[in-house]
Amino acid sequence: MADQPTKTTQASLNKKAATKTAYKPSGVSPTGRKARSFAIRLWSVRHSRLLEWFYAHFADLFLLLHPMWNAIGYQRAEAPVKFVEKHVKGFLFDCRMCGHCVLSSTGMSCPMNCPKQLRNGPCGGVRANGKCEVEPDMPCVWVQAWSGAGQMRGRDNILAVQTPVDQSLRETSSWLRVTASAAARREAEATPGAPQ
Amino acid sequence: MSQADTNPHDPGGLLEPLPGHSSRGRLERILRRGEFAVTAELNPPDSANPHDVYERAAIFDGWVDGINAVDASGANAHMSSVGICALLTRMGYAPIMQISCRDKNRIAIQGDVLGASAMGVQNILCLTGDGVQAGDQPGAKPVFDLDCMSLLETIRIMRDNSKFLSGRKLTSPPNVFLGAAINPFAPPHDFRPYRLAKKIAAGAQFVQSQYCYDVPMFRDYMSRVRDMGLHKDCFILCGVGPLASARTARWMRSNVPGVHIPDEVIKRLEGAEDQKKEGKQICIDIINEVKEIEGVAGIHVMAYRQEEYVAEIVHESGVLKGRRPWRKEPNPADELVAARMEEILEEPRQIPHELAGAATDSEAAG
Repeated sequence: MADQPTKTTQASLNKKAATKTAYKPSGVSPTGRKARSFAIRLWSVRHSRLLEWFYAHFADLFLLLHPMWNAIGYQRAEAPVKFVEKHVKGFLFDCRMCGHCVLSSTGMSCPMNCPKQLRNGPCGGVRANGKCEVEPDMPCVWVQAWSGAGQMRGRDNILAVQTPVDQSLRETSSWLRVTASAAARREAEATPGAPQ
Repeated sequence: MSQADTNPHDPGGLLEPLPGHSSRGRLERILRRGEFAVTAELNPPDSANPHDVYERAAIFDGWVDGINAVDASGANAHMSSVGICALLTRMGYAPIMQISCRDKNRIAIQGDVLGASAMGVQNILCLTGDGVQAGDQPGAKPVFDLDCMSLLETIRIMRDNSKFLSGRKLTSPPNVFLGAAINPFAPPHDFRPYRLAKKIAAGAQFVQSQYCYDVPMFRDYMSRVRDMGLHKDCFILCGVGPLASARTARWMRSNVPGVHIPDEVIKRLEGAEDQKKEGKQICIDIINEVKEIEGVAGIHVMAYRQEEYVAEIVHESGVLKGRRPWRKEPNPADELVAARMEEILEEPRQIPHELAGAATDSEAAG
């Protein structure tokens, strides 16, 4: 595509004007990159069906443990659970701890890795080879999400419109939040008529 | 000139609200009436001179139904879309205000929507925006607090439920016609129609597409859109534009995010003697092809730095079928301004230094 020399742009001029030193940052990106290679993230998308199954059982297990969380206190459980969640999801999905996890609706491809942090589908700038507009070496998060969602049981979840991220939930555990709200819902169902 | 687009009681007054219409704007009326709409993009000036905007808008007089006021397109700083809209509504143009999520968070955006609607903006186009890396200031902090979908939903909630995103009440809602953008030419291609469905669910009433140079691909997209019945819920405007030369075309496709130009178009440009003229002809040919596609409600002409060709392109493609779209649109503030002008002209002018002189005279006399 870029077979011909292209005209200079303001961006290329800026790049040229930058001072040259021995240290060159490897991946300069407006959002900050989580990883240099995307192998594990892509593995997760390829195995989205398996992870979906695992996640469903894992959520059930967490809900079963609700009395325990309650006994410990959700507040006190937060730090260790967050630690585990951050590192497990960080390893598998390059999780950014937005605290508002929608992996099950995005084909197990974390939308917060999109430089525009889009949560509702790909932007119009996706390159013809399926790579990102902003970071030419990264496969578009949403192209991956679409292929991951195609394998999942809840394949239509990707079609739901997501609400904007609540930035105040950043760096909190979404596992505990989901569990607590599921438990609250279950209790509300068990005692109909009770004030919510 | 269509009589349906004037207020029967007061030809200079605001258009009367119609049932089922969400705005009082002309663009919505034309689309809902089933006429083929034409919109164009105003190249935002890098200046603080209002006449630069007026001059650039005057080129479109009588040829377009709406003028897009772009919001720092390509992440380059220009006059803001709010500013351009303020100037355009003052002169009676019908702007389509673009809001991109790159530069403003939800607080700023909701404030801008209210301000725009108060100025008389009837159409708002919700965009995600290019990444900051594409522009002249790649070191800027990208905001992307909302995305185009949640932006659509936010404005729809403000309009239909008279509420901010937080639930706080609005005393009068912004009655705007909501738009979004589509790009049928970027992967994942089978997701694109679903994404349009999502945008419609979020509140999009019209969409403008990215530059269309690949008509077969667009036709394919439209057939899937028709299968899903989306063209009935939303007006689809196909984006077109003249290419200045084969060189520009090459540059655009490798540097402007999301632009897809097939090799045949570039070959055709290269083979031509006058590349600029050929670029215009290609644009007209594409318009003639897309206007026949079922479900296409209009075109959006993006003639960047070739705005003077918009009139020719629209005229030669004959999409307006003799209709003359632009009429000065009255602004809710016009009456106030007129009253203020009268006040200014009628009141005796008080000149400060004369008053001061009079005061010293009387003191001296006393």
